[in-house]
Amino acid sequence: MLKPKILVLAGYGLNCEEETAAAFELAGGQAEIVHINDLIAEKGKLMKYQILAVPGGFSYGDDTGSGKAYANKLKNHLKAALYKFAEQDKLIAGICNGFQILTNFGLLPGALTFNDFPRYTARWTDVKIKSQSPWLKGIKALSLPIAHGEGKFYAGTETLAIMKKQCQIAGKYFKGEISTAQNLKPNPNGSMQDIAMITSQNGKILGTMPHPERAVFFTQHPHWPLMKEKMMRARKPIPKFGPSLQIFKNAVNYFK
Amino acid sequence: MPFRIETHYKVPDARSVSRRGFFNSLVGQGKVSKVAIVDAYSVDARMNHTQMQKAAELLANPIMESYQIIHPTLTLRPLQGRESKSNFDFAIEISYLPGVTDNISHTAKETLEDGLRIKFKPGESVYSSQVFFISGKLSGTDAKKIAGALHNPLIQKAVIKSFADFHKAPFGPNLPKVRLTASKKVLKIDLNVTDEELERLGKYGIPEAVIARSASDAAISGRSKKIASDALAMTKRRGPLALPLDYLHAIRDYFDKIKRKPTDVEIETLAQTWSEHCKHTIFADPMDNLKQGLYKTYIKAATEAIRKQKASAAKSGRGRSHSTGGDFCVSVFTDNAGGIVFDKNFLITHKVETHNTPSALDPFGGAITGIVGVNRDCLGFGLGAKPIINTYGFCLADPDDKTKLYRDKKLEQPMLSARRIMDGVISGINAGGNQSGIPTNSGFMYFDSRYRAKPLVFAGTVGLIPRLIKGKPSHIKQAKKDDLIVMVGGRVGLDGIHGATFASEGLDAHSPATAVQIGDPITQKKLSDCLSKEARDLGIYNSITDCGAGGLSSAIGEMAGQSNGCLVELDKVPVKYPGLAPWQIWISESQERMVLAVPPKKWINFQWLMKKRGVEATAIGKFTADGKCVVKFGKQTVLDLEMDFLHNGRPTKQQISSPPFQGGVPRVHPRGGVVKKKNYSDQTLKLLSTLNIASTDFLTTQYDHEVQGSSVLKPLQGKGRVNADATITRPVLGSKKGVVLSQALYPSYSELDPYNMAACAIDTAIRQAVAIGGNPDYLALLDNFCWCSPEDPSRLWQLKEAARACFDYAVSFGTPFISGKDSMYNDFKGFDKDAKPVKFSIPPTLLISAIGVMDDAAKSVSLDAKLAGDVIYILGETKNELDGSEFAGMIQHNDGKVPEVDAEKNSRLYKALYNAIQKDLVASAVSIGRGGLITALSKMLIAGALGAEVSLLDLPGAWDENYQALFSESQGRILVSVDPKKAEAFESAMADNVIAKIGIVTKKDKLIITDKDNKKIVDLRIKEATKAYKSTFKGY
Repeated sequence: MLKPKILVLAGYGLNCEEETAAAFELAGGQAEIVHINDLIAEKGKLMKYQILAVPGGFSYGDDTGSGKAYANKLKNHLKAALYKFAEQDKLIAGICNGFQILTNFGLLPGALTFNDFPRYTARWTDVKIKSQSPWLKGIKALSLPIAHGEGKFYAGTETLAIMKKQCQIAGKYFKGEISTAQNLKPNPNGSMQDIAMITSQNGKILGTMPHPERAVFFTQHPHWPLMKEKMMRARKPIPKFGPSLQIFKNAVNYFK
Repeated sequence: MPFRIETHYKVPDARSVSRRGFFNSLVGQGKVSKVAIVDAYSVDARMNHTQMQKAAELLANPIMESYQIIHPTLTLRPLQGRESKSNFDFAIEISYLPGVTDNISHTAKETLEDGLRIKFKPGESVYSSQVFFISGKLSGTDAKKIAGALHNPLIQKAVIKSFADFHKAPFGPNLPKVRLTASKKVLKIDLNVTDEELERLGKYGIPEAVIARSASDAAISGRSKKIASDALAMTKRRGPLALPLDYLHAIRDYFDKIKRKPTDVEIETLAQTWSEHCKHTIFADPMDNLKQGLYKTYIKAATEAIRKQKASAAKSGRGRSHSTGGDFCVSVFTDNAGGIVFDKNFLITHKVETHNTPSALDPFGGAITGIVGVNRDCLGFGLGAKPIINTYGFCLADPDDKTKLYRDKKLEQPMLSARRIMDGVISGINAGGNQSGIPTNSGFMYFDSRYRAKPLVFAGTVGLIPRLIKGKPSHIKQAKKDDLIVMVGGRVGLDGIHGATFASEGLDAHSPATAVQIGDPITQKKLSDCLSKEARDLGIYNSITDCGAGGLSSAIGEMAGQSNGCLVELDKVPVKYPGLAPWQIWISESQERMVLAVPPKKWINFQWLMKKRGVEATAIGKFTADGKCVVKFGKQTVLDLEMDFLHNGRPTKQQISSPPFQGGVPRVHPRGGVVKKKNYSDQTLKLLSTLNIASTDFLTTQYDHEVQGSSVLKPLQGKGRVNADATITRPVLGSKKGVVLSQALYPSYSELDPYNMAACAIDTAIRQAVAIGGNPDYLALLDNFCWCSPEDPSRLWQLKEAARACFDYAVSFGTPFISGKDSMYNDFKGFDKDAKPVKFSIPPTLLISAIGVMDDAAKSVSLDAKLAGDVIYILGETKNELDGSEFAGMIQHNDGKVPEVDAEKNSRLYKALYNAIQKDLVASAVSIGRGGLITALSKMLIAGALGAEVSLLDLPGAWDENYQALFSESQGRILVSVDPKKAEAFESAMADNVIAKIGIVTKKDKLIITDKDNKKIVDLRIKEATKAYKSTFKGY
């Protein structure tokens, strides 16, 4: 069976393309990093892939608003191609800046605005997952890092009600393992209803502010040294991977 | 006709809430009731109504923002939220001065061009500004105060309008266009004048005799005009060359010999190339009996000796195993960064820079250009390394320090407050690092009032590069004859003119404002990605270097050394705006540029790739081999110098150092008089909250340290998120290997004992790296000397002592220096609030950075205590070494000596600990450094959220008093905790070293320490200690 192909978008200040591609590869996919200008030059190229990932980063330095300028570029040149991709039985993920880009583009509802404490913040969070999305199958909760200045999810009351009804609110910040241990506020940015992840109505498009690709290895977690000590003393094997790898496996396995 | 688009949040804007709090803190609580922020884009381009409408739509998110277009032919559509009369009392618009980098405008312009499918004509542009609509009980003075805090007059402009003023004339298009009036003519300079006149030339620059207003006055700021009028000698001069008389004599002799007068371009070029900033003259020139100078005698020689030693150990078989490292150095001192072996496929590189003077004037701009600048050093290593880690370090005054300082006697040019400098440099590294997608994971802040006028900003970058590219070693590069000289990245403007020569003198009223600049991380990110991820591996260029200090003159001058000549056509250099004179184009330090040598055959491919990635690349000449550096502007030859003279014509200067006057330098605090106490709990809490020990997590969490997915041991560790003094990174996701980084400095020891100051910095950098799991046999060092008043022989003596220690200890530890940088003029000459002249000098500061490779990153050890019942050991001996310590600073008394370092003993200890860690025998480890044993112990417990019972009964070493045991900063000590079941194995692994079991980790929320007589001398709750540790920067 051929490995599912993942296109990881790059260019103009996106910067998590390498680790995002690596996570898909670890999960058994075949990931390729493609510069947006190369995709614009060859619009048909997108259809050769099963999964599109818009990774995190700082496209256009967040100037004029996070994700806005990159989304404009997509709209100006790849609107039809992207909508066509989304209409097929394929998967799309926007991580952090990628999520901001997808909301600005219009593939996901709502918007992302300045954190309540309007400063760029890098820390770990816990996310409770409740979703039927192929991306999140079988996952109940994850500890994931965030790193953003504009990560507060915003949507009008009506939109929120629809999203809720359609089960599009996929992940919420909660007081879990790491925020409890580190004594941190569960919601890092004041996000409405503690929203951390959403999906499209059909669940095939995922938007997440936390970075799952930064939590695919055991040693990426902030508490691994303590876990390792406990495991050694209990004579348990030390794992190599982290629970978030499952997101990428889910996506890859969807096409197997 | 120009128009203006304003966007405004129709949903709650968190920035407004935060600004309201900030403004109230300036003018008095409760005065400001509401703030609304409007982002404005002034568009200087012809557009019809439909295009204007579309442009506004491209700039506003319809879910959150509304917009308004301001144009005479359009009816005003009021913005929601600020339309009614009651809604504001003052409006303040902040915009950039002409010529200052405006990143938002770049993005907006690109967005409009792409979205409207138009191309802006030359001279057309977009300019960004921000308007704050403020409501409250405010006076005009309050509004001025707020405006003052919102902008830096060296780079920005503030316009305040009351409600009435605003309604008479609202803000319209704001177009800070650069209009240059200066002559582009090349001047001939007569050097056959009096020595007095030559000195003036060197100090204040070339006279612009025929020109009414100097270019920089017109372009950058009205302020520089004021500066000029302050000093008669400065009027109509271009700014400092920092050329001393003997250099000018050598230049005169050279031109007398070739029988012509030098051009202004030639004089400016020699000033850049021979500057202290570029040539490191103080380290290079002979000093006392050291004919080879400090650098060759102490730094380079140490590395050479160690490399030989390591190579021969490897040959004799002892070094074959990884643990002894062998000679891992690959490229040292010759390139933009130092490079060592990472594994069989990759090298890692490291370089630490300083950006001090610019950061004093514009802290944000100084710091951001510092970090993106050192990223380019990484890109300029070999054929181009990929930046994988950023490091930072700030030496600052207490943010609450209210000392007012001025650059001029009339008190018209105030220095920024200590708090603004701190906030600015923090956000500069934030913007530079985060936007570039490089994890910023190792850093520190260090405070001393002597940094008030001259903050130090250290910025470092670690890079990764394949060892072979197209089958050839990647660290070797060679510009060849006929290769095209290609400039890539940003364009050239007036920004950053005289940066190199300006850093070669102290800071005073004559320091040019044009030396200040702002980085553009996204332009550089595009460039960086394209070079290090694509172009490099295609083998389409032969050489590359960073365009930094001295601009093209230095970068091309340096690369031309590889081919032995160059021919540059300056009129081909893309400029930001017209009207630049040749000398300005040649020495401007405009950011985000690299220079490459591209073989003519590969030029088409190169150009095509750059274009595809949105990177501007221009061929501006070619490399030659005729031994000459020739620069043309159109048909005119503006520079024609022999390469040999350019690089080797600088006269050396015999430097003389002498120890400070009898009795030593003035002490910071009196010796003796430490009051013994029965209980040190309160002093412990106080110490944990001192600026130099307290948690800086507010800062750490602003820097993305997880991007690239490589973080293993993070800058904040344990449940208590304690700032670590070393970190581990796994840069190649498919490899287990880790990079260990640590940094150390002891400026508080410098005036007391510069030799031991340096020894302690080296031992600490190594010790921190070993405590986290680093291999002591696989560590390299970087030195950053930041000194002051090098004209003073006693400062040179301190420098020599510190450099001598660098040799001694690097060799003893077997840790080679691979890169370094110095910054010699960290002095400020200005005026206090009473217009009295003052001079401030920083304490001599040596930052040692350690970088190493470990085989398995998962073997690293974090600093948090892990489980109750674990045994606490101290490794190493405690002595009465409190002189200059953090405790001594806190109580304003000194005791004992500055710590001394026994490298041989410590080396043995570190190797034993490394082996114990490799066997998984250590649960946690923390180096004992600033603040002594009690600080290390507190950090371990705060991080683990656990308690401990500790006894000093068996604490090894020659100490007498309890306070010495707790607070002494004796080197070579590490605190570890060990699983009780592994205690025996640990002890045997550490055999032949001084170690002692001193306590047990407990579940209780208590740290209890008893002395030799079993009396409790510390009894405090970990919660309290945590609170003290985290209180200092709470709310920052």
